[in-house]
Amino acid sequence: MVALFNILVFPGFIFLGVYALLFEFLDRRIYARLQNRMGPPWFQPLADFLKLIGKEAVIPAEADKKVFPALPIFALAAVTTAFLYVPIWSGNSLLPFSGDLIVVLYLLTIPTLTFFLAGWYSTSVYATVGSMRALTQLFSYEVPLFMALLAPALLADSWSISGISQFYAAHPLYILINIPAFVVAIVSCQGKLERVPFDMPEAETEIVSGTFVEYSGRFYAVFRMAIDAELVVVAAIIAAIFLPFFTANPVVGFILFVVKTIIILFILAVFRSVMARIRIEQMVKFCWKYLVPLAIIQIIVNILLKGVLPL
Amino acid sequence: MAKNLVIPIGPQHPSLKEPACFTITLEGEKVVNAVVGTGYNHRGLEKACEARTFIQDLYIIERVCGICSHIHSTTFCQAVEELAGVEITRRAAYIRTIMAELERLHSHLLWLGIAGHEVGFDTLLMYSWRDRELVLDVLAALGGNRVNYGINTIGGVRRDVTPELIEQIRKVADIVEERNKYYIQLALSETTLAARLGGIGKLSHDDAIKFGAVGPVSRAAEVPDDIRVTDPYAAYDEVPVTAITDNHADVFGRTVVRVLEIMESVKMIRFCLDNLPEGDIVTKVPRKIPEGEVLIRTEAPRGEDAHYVRSNGTDKPDRVRVRAASEANWHGMKHMLEGDYLADVPIIIAAIDPCYSCTDRAIILDNHDTGEQSVTDWRSLREYSINWYKVRGIDTSKIKIAYSPLIF
Amino acid sequence: MRKGPGKITGEALRHVFAKPATISYPAGELVIDKNYRGRINFDASKCIGCKLCVRDCPANAITIDNLGTKEEKKMQLTLNYAHCIFCCQCVDSCNKDAISFEPNIELAGTSRKDMIVKL
Repeated sequence: MVALFNILVFPGFIFLGVYALLFEFLDRRIYARLQNRMGPPWFQPLADFLKLIGKEAVIPAEADKKVFPALPIFALAAVTTAFLYVPIWSGNSLLPFSGDLIVVLYLLTIPTLTFFLAGWYSTSVYATVGSMRALTQLFSYEVPLFMALLAPALLADSWSISGISQFYAAHPLYILINIPAFVVAIVSCQGKLERVPFDMPEAETEIVSGTFVEYSGRFYAVFRMAIDAELVVVAAIIAAIFLPFFTANPVVGFILFVVKTIIILFILAVFRSVMARIRIEQMVKFCWKYLVPLAIIQIIVNILLKGVLPL
Repeated sequence: MAKNLVIPIGPQHPSLKEPACFTITLEGEKVVNAVVGTGYNHRGLEKACEARTFIQDLYIIERVCGICSHIHSTTFCQAVEELAGVEITRRAAYIRTIMAELERLHSHLLWLGIAGHEVGFDTLLMYSWRDRELVLDVLAALGGNRVNYGINTIGGVRRDVTPELIEQIRKVADIVEERNKYYIQLALSETTLAARLGGIGKLSHDDAIKFGAVGPVSRAAEVPDDIRVTDPYAAYDEVPVTAITDNHADVFGRTVVRVLEIMESVKMIRFCLDNLPEGDIVTKVPRKIPEGEVLIRTEAPRGEDAHYVRSNGTDKPDRVRVRAASEANWHGMKHMLEGDYLADVPIIIAAIDPCYSCTDRAIILDNHDTGEQSVTDWRSLREYSINWYKVRGIDTSKIKIAYSPLIF
Repeated sequence: MRKGPGKITGEALRHVFAKPATISYPAGELVIDKNYRGRINFDASKCIGCKLCVRDCPANAITIDNLGTKEEKKMQLTLNYAHCIFCCQCVDSCNKDAISFEPNIELAGTSRKDMIVKL
């Protein structure tokens, strides 16, 4: 019963949904304020979601009738599962086990793959170009993102998110070592979340909305929800690994979680408002030329430090 | 990959503000062939002008373009004044010049925002459109409307500039100059913007002349083609004008030309306000315009704008021909698009600051493969449509159409 | 000038706590210049029925009718502001100053019939 409550209500499905909508609102509001605009009212994401749910969902005649509607659910399910392994109210997540960092990272790859498949099965030209770009992009940001998140794990000598945050909570000064990895993680997760400057798979002004061009109604609503939830999960993971401050009190711990994720969200929103969308080949070049070497240096430094520092 | 992907950009596409169809053939992400298809927005306004009086035409001509509305009506007024043999007062000429330069400010700020939006830089869009709003407010205070100001009339202008308005214009000019300095700095130093704008949509000096490009497109290729300098009209013979040129010959060069032109326009507005002559603002022009024909060229924010007006001695024109600036720039578009990436297509199209419905007149479709042209008459067109629907299971042959004798 | 990405960051961060340039219309306060051309007003007592405004209107939005007799005129202007393009050429054309304009631009309605007003 408690497990069911945990999975469905808190911190599982319903909490994630509400928090994701709140996050979308905050993201849009911060983005608007950075641009000197009013921005949407607080209920706008919910209103968008309900409106999409109520709209007619069209499946293109050429699309695969079974795979097409199933893909949004896959994306949402993968993200929701990943959320169960992220610490929220204390240093421990709901179901911590050794190696859950790897599992979460792979679960977070599933949405990108569903975006690719969604574009591919839509059979529209825009969607095909979008899905090609989604996959090309996956190969360029995934490597630096993984390395940036694994470097702190090497120093902490733990492969679980909870273990890593507990280690850094015990040794707060070691967080400073991971600052390059933090930068790499922030930059490459913009690619994972498909936000400017790495939003080529969607690129509204170029390929309409890329992979999602044929999606409508409730299918698109679920996809949107999955994207918002992915934003929450990525922010929560980065907060857990790079900002591991928490207390024993669950209420204070939860408030701390909210504050930390909003700080990460603010950084992401600033990042997306100050740059132009770059071309896909420029992104591949950028990721492999700058981000990967930086992440490799971080890993080497962490391995060396591990031998030197008294742990 | 054996087969090339063919992507239609348009007729309905988020990056196009008006319908036009660009059929892009891709090899990977590279454009190997581009076909420009305009003609979705034929409004028949030249014919509409012939059916109305000169005074009424003024407002139709003003609506040729939503952004360069003032310059179109100035051109038309100048043409009619030329036919009637009327010289407008210097004050009216200066007010027209102030309006034209304010319009250039708002057009270029609008373009800067659109360019930002096309490359996903929405913050630039919001900032430059916020500053453009100030210019629109002052245009509304001066002219009376935000977009189609309606300040021109045949023989002068309809509204005078009051001292309060002069103050307001000066204030806006100061703010825009201040903000534009920031945009120049931003355009020259922001690497993501330079990476997206630099080196794409190349139209070299020789090509610009060959394709007859006008306005910022040709000036970015070091063709000093500016009607304000080469053939001064309104008050430009007294106002100091410099044609801004650049040697990049790409989208980045066009951006630089436009942002620098904003600075020039601010200077010109200040000069006009300082040297505003006293006098009447309108000269009486008879309703019936004497017989004759005239061609007038002016410099719109997008380039050279040409109007041909022929009168037969009545109060209605015999023929009006409008050649908007974008029409001259379409010809080089295919050349600009080919060889660049798909991601660059929207910004290359946007870089000529296209105005689709300004340029759309009746068109002739020719076969792209053989270059053959054919003329289809009304009756065979109807037969074709009946057959087209019959294949799809709808019989439209029963529908009766009243054949107009005009068509046959 | 040093080049680099994210050059607009300082400017953007400055705006986070600044007053937004937009208003939440229709709740916010709309500022319209007094020179703005909105719907026209008609002064029937000044009208002599020359119909210059009808002749010059580019959108054929105006009709003038005489409801009274030839001696005792009672002019009525019917304006279809769904057709009106707010150029106010009628204001300029009128020699007797019977037509004027005011900056009234919030004219949206739900029916085409509401757009035809008798002034």
